[in-house]
Amino acid sequence: MMSELTRLTISKISKGLKEKKFSSFELVSEYLNEIDKQKELNSFITILEKSALESAKVSDKKIGNGQSGPLEGIPIGVKDLFCTEGIRTTAASNILNNFIPTYESSVTSKLKDAGAIFIGKTNLDEFAMGSSNETSFFGSAVNPWKLNNSDKPLVPGGSSGGSAVAVSANLCTASIGTDTGGSIRQPAAFCGIVGMKPTYGRCSRWGIVAFASSLDQAGPMTRSVEDSAFLLSIISGYDPKDSTSANIEVPDFKSLASSTAKGLRVGIPKEYFSDELDSEVLNLWEKGKEWLKDSGIEIVEISLPHTKYALPAYYIIAPAEASSNLSRYDGARFGLRVDGNSLDEMYSNTRSEGFGKEVKRRIFLGTYALSAGYYDAYYLKAQKVRQLIYNDFLDSFKNVDLILTPTTPGTAFPLGDKISDPISMYLNDIFTVPASLAGLPAISVPCGLHSNGLPLGLQLIGRRWDEGTVFNCANILENSSSFNKNLEL
Amino acid sequence: MAMKEEIVRKIAILSRINVSDDELDNISRELGSIIDWIELLKEVDTQSVEPMTGGTDIKSFKREDIVNDGGYQEKILKNAPSKNDNLFEVPKVVE
Repeated sequence: MMSELTRLTISKISKGLKEKKFSSFELVSEYLNEIDKQKELNSFITILEKSALESAKVSDKKIGNGQSGPLEGIPIGVKDLFCTEGIRTTAASNILNNFIPTYESSVTSKLKDAGAIFIGKTNLDEFAMGSSNETSFFGSAVNPWKLNNSDKPLVPGGSSGGSAVAVSANLCTASIGTDTGGSIRQPAAFCGIVGMKPTYGRCSRWGIVAFASSLDQAGPMTRSVEDSAFLLSIISGYDPKDSTSANIEVPDFKSLASSTAKGLRVGIPKEYFSDELDSEVLNLWEKGKEWLKDSGIEIVEISLPHTKYALPAYYIIAPAEASSNLSRYDGARFGLRVDGNSLDEMYSNTRSEGFGKEVKRRIFLGTYALSAGYYDAYYLKAQKVRQLIYNDFLDSFKNVDLILTPTTPGTAFPLGDKISDPISMYLNDIFTVPASLAGLPAISVPCGLHSNGLPLGLQLIGRRWDEGTVFNCANILENSSSFNKNLEL
Repeated sequence: MAMKEEIVRKIAILSRINVSDDELDNISRELGSIIDWIELLKEVDTQSVEPMTGGTDIKSFKREDIVNDGGYQEKILKNAPSKNDNLFEVPKVVE
């Protein structure tokens, strides 16, 4: 029984805790054992052993008194991009190596209020810039999955790589990530878990270390669609501290997830096909269509004509916003300081030593795109293309309720394979970036194994604020694919 | 096409990031190839398109102008690399 505990979903653990089959203290202890056993996965930057065990005791008391919150006693991994009061928050960067926030992010406050226990701060690409977790100052997290007949360590995807690994390797019940261009969905697909990026504005960004403010969103990474829906309801909602958070009602996503999907129309964008696409990815996509059809859903071919411009537009907009956001790391007020003979020298010495290669590359790109003489040609142009990409989606959603695509063009790849070729790394996000630019909710559901032994995911994209329908169809994919059943979850 | 070295030097200064002579060549090539790839955007007709400036269509609204926060001097200074009294300390700016 005990070793099985770490594999349970939120709903099963909640039930077990309430029925006193096990305590939160036992649960946290089990996870801490697992974390210790699987240290080589490097999924956590900071492990909160002491405070997690203390919180578990408090939760056990509350459960005993019948005062438990919706996530009471549930151990959660938190991407080390969320500021946590009194707990070091690094963004996986040397420049924040010593930063201990004096405040709590809005999303993690909501989790705490719901009774969740933070078991650790998970690894990520530096400032969430990467698709493999290899740009982390603390070394890459490693995918718990292996290729058939090979022990080569594989990337978990990124940037929320550590959060994906922690759930996939049973080191916590669920985790929280952030997604700017695919940073929840791509690692979820690579590690065989569910990853949800909600509508832009659904969750408060307050207290999340900023990367690209018009794209960043927090979201759940879980073992099941049901857990994803449940967790999203908890972390969503208006926050006066984030002027882009939406002051609209948060539905009960969990009950929407299980409602009937009959009569829905799902679009298949023809632009997502390509001859270079892995044939097994294509086959899984076909299977996905069949599963939906079997549930009374109509499949419709659609066109999103500006798809191929999404990645280039993203690689102007995201670096431009990043170069502006990261100007705050100057060595004056917090984080690393490297002295110099003048104030300017202190700034540049600090930033040169504090930032890694990929972060510098994006700051350079963004600074270039925003600099005098280039602004109209690059930044303004990219913003206009972004509007066209959004318009494509709006047109399609007149005819369909959801869009089904693969999450990634292939499976997880070996560490080191793509890190020296930026563009081939960027192409990992080819299917996830369009929904990010358009601010739409999108989920990755693990739906099958490639013949190389690694998991593959399918992505569902919905209308703004319509996460309910996204979860609804995600449920069908989850049940039809039997991915979790085959893992005996 | 590699980015001109003088442009890379200018961007490095604007970014407040040091670039050594050894790194310059590599950075010029990398940035150049990324920009070449981004040039794809030029083929899109955007003449009558308004730029999309954010991730949401939610309208901004004015809030009441009242003080409801503040008084965190100690907290704000807590992570200061160097402080003097209740102030951040930085290298001398004025001679």
